[in-house]
Amino acid sequence: MHKGDITLDSLSKIEGHADLVIKIKDKKVEDINFSITEHKRFFTQAMHGKHIEVLPQHLSRICGTCSIAHLLCSIESIEKALEVKVSEQTKLLRKLSMYGLMIRDHALHLYLLALPDVLGKNSVLDFGEEYHNYIHDAFDVKAVGNKLAIFAAGRSVHAPFPIIGGFNHTPDNSQIPDLIKSLESIRETALKLIEIYYKCNFKLERETNFVGLKAEEYGFIEGRIHTSNGKIIEEKGYLGHLNHIVIPYSESSAYEFEGKEYMVGALARLNLGKELLHKRTQESCRKELKEFPSINIYRNNLAQAIEILHSIDHSIEILEKTKFRQEAPVKFEIRASEGVGVVEAPRGTLYHRVKMDDKGIVTDGNIIVPTSQNQINMRDDLKKLVQENIDKSKDFIVNEAEKLIRAYDPCMSCASHFLRVKWV
Amino acid sequence: MTKKIKEVKKLKVGWFTFTCSEDSTIMFTELMNEHYEEWFRLIDFKNFRLLKKNGKPKGLDVAFVEGAICAPEDIKKLREIRKNCKKLVAIGSCAVVGKPSAQRMDFTEAQRKEIEFIISRFHYAEKVYALHELVKVDESVPGCPMDTNTFLNILNKQLVEFGVKNA
Repeated sequence: MHKGDITLDSLSKIEGHADLVIKIKDKKVEDINFSITEHKRFFTQAMHGKHIEVLPQHLSRICGTCSIAHLLCSIESIEKALEVKVSEQTKLLRKLSMYGLMIRDHALHLYLLALPDVLGKNSVLDFGEEYHNYIHDAFDVKAVGNKLAIFAAGRSVHAPFPIIGGFNHTPDNSQIPDLIKSLESIRETALKLIEIYYKCNFKLERETNFVGLKAEEYGFIEGRIHTSNGKIIEEKGYLGHLNHIVIPYSESSAYEFEGKEYMVGALARLNLGKELLHKRTQESCRKELKEFPSINIYRNNLAQAIEILHSIDHSIEILEKTKFRQEAPVKFEIRASEGVGVVEAPRGTLYHRVKMDDKGIVTDGNIIVPTSQNQINMRDDLKKLVQENIDKSKDFIVNEAEKLIRAYDPCMSCASHFLRVKWV
Repeated sequence: MTKKIKEVKKLKVGWFTFTCSEDSTIMFTELMNEHYEEWFRLIDFKNFRLLKKNGKPKGLDVAFVEGAICAPEDIKKLREIRKNCKKLVAIGSCAVVGKPSAQRMDFTEAQRKEIEFIISRFHYAEKVYALHELVKVDESVPGCPMDTNTFLNILNKQLVEFGVKNA
């Protein structure tokens, strides 16, 4: 049986830096301190005084792995403020950019960071001959996601093509057949990945409120915010439902939804809208989709794997039906205004708000990222997990706690961009 | 008589990140899509927190370091890395020139006041440093994210210099 507190410095196989301290007294978990130790770069503050034309690229730098989500969310907030209506082609290219992101980012997490937990290994670097095929699969899937992002957005990280009003580059139509072939080539591999996570028996169930964007089709850009508690909220009203929570030991803010913990991310999206997934994805995943809605946090990884397949299937459909033509970005007039953008980043709902003056200079704004929103839910899950295993060894508890945190696929670079709070 | 098996020489590498978006780490994992078979054969990743549990840096041939340095504890960690590697390569804009992580250095007085409590609460340094301001940097890969061609050239140069690969 484990006695005393447990400290885990520098959690591994997650994006960014975080520590965990578990306080135990008389076989009871007294407190869980999950602290984001990524140092702040003060992006929210640095928005002030910037011109809106440079803002999306600047905010893209909040995070390497989710940069396309930050870029598109910032662009959306500005377009909403200035009432810019973009073309259908722009909407499709943004979807493809986001699908490229989902494929490569989910694959990075599921193969390279979370799969060692499923296979009982320390690292993908220890897979050896036995599991070497998974390494091939990982890089094959990631490469196609990367290729799709480059096709639509110019690069996977800090993409140069998406701008306010549209895109500054038209994709080369001659690349479409090869891109479709590449997407088809990883479809079977994605199905294998889904099977791995379907068969994974990790379990921690706890009721919570699942929150995410939902539109007429399964996607990551459009829609209104839905909750599993039955609320439907317009994007611009989202902030009004969130309570900002200061966690004194963490370098990131946390949030509650109407006073309670909640969860955003792939599990929330599948719980809220599995019936909207691409038809081909639904046909291929009949058995696996019966798992949703689920309150088992480890099913987040199954949901991510299914989202890879959806991203492949919908991208193929878009590419088969579309011939991209040269078009200039929509022109817009700058005026004093305020706008909100909300997208679904790989790890969940991402919120950007921007306020500008009549010259287009940013005077105020804020950014709420998925990992900050999941922080309290994660802490409460950890508390349940440790309490249920209080009689086990320290090594067991530490390993299980790390696995649980990893199941959320947290992103600390995002979470520590800046918090605007007063410490009391 | 037992035959002594000749151990394959690998480049002992550490990949470290400090304050940044980890965009170059992500670019590195994207480069792996094309190069992982060669790299897994030629490189021994001693430290790489994204992919494995971290130990202390020790006996490294090359340390690749991404991010700017903005707290005394990180200055200590960086010096520890420098002591334990033969070559140190600064990766990406924040490591090479400090920015954008160092953007608080350009804040107005009013902006500085707003962030003062964070600086003090979490014991940040007064200044945000590029790596070369604190330790000797042997090579630099600029860019936000890092320029991948420059990175590949530098990595190949190290593989040759340390006798892991022929020129």
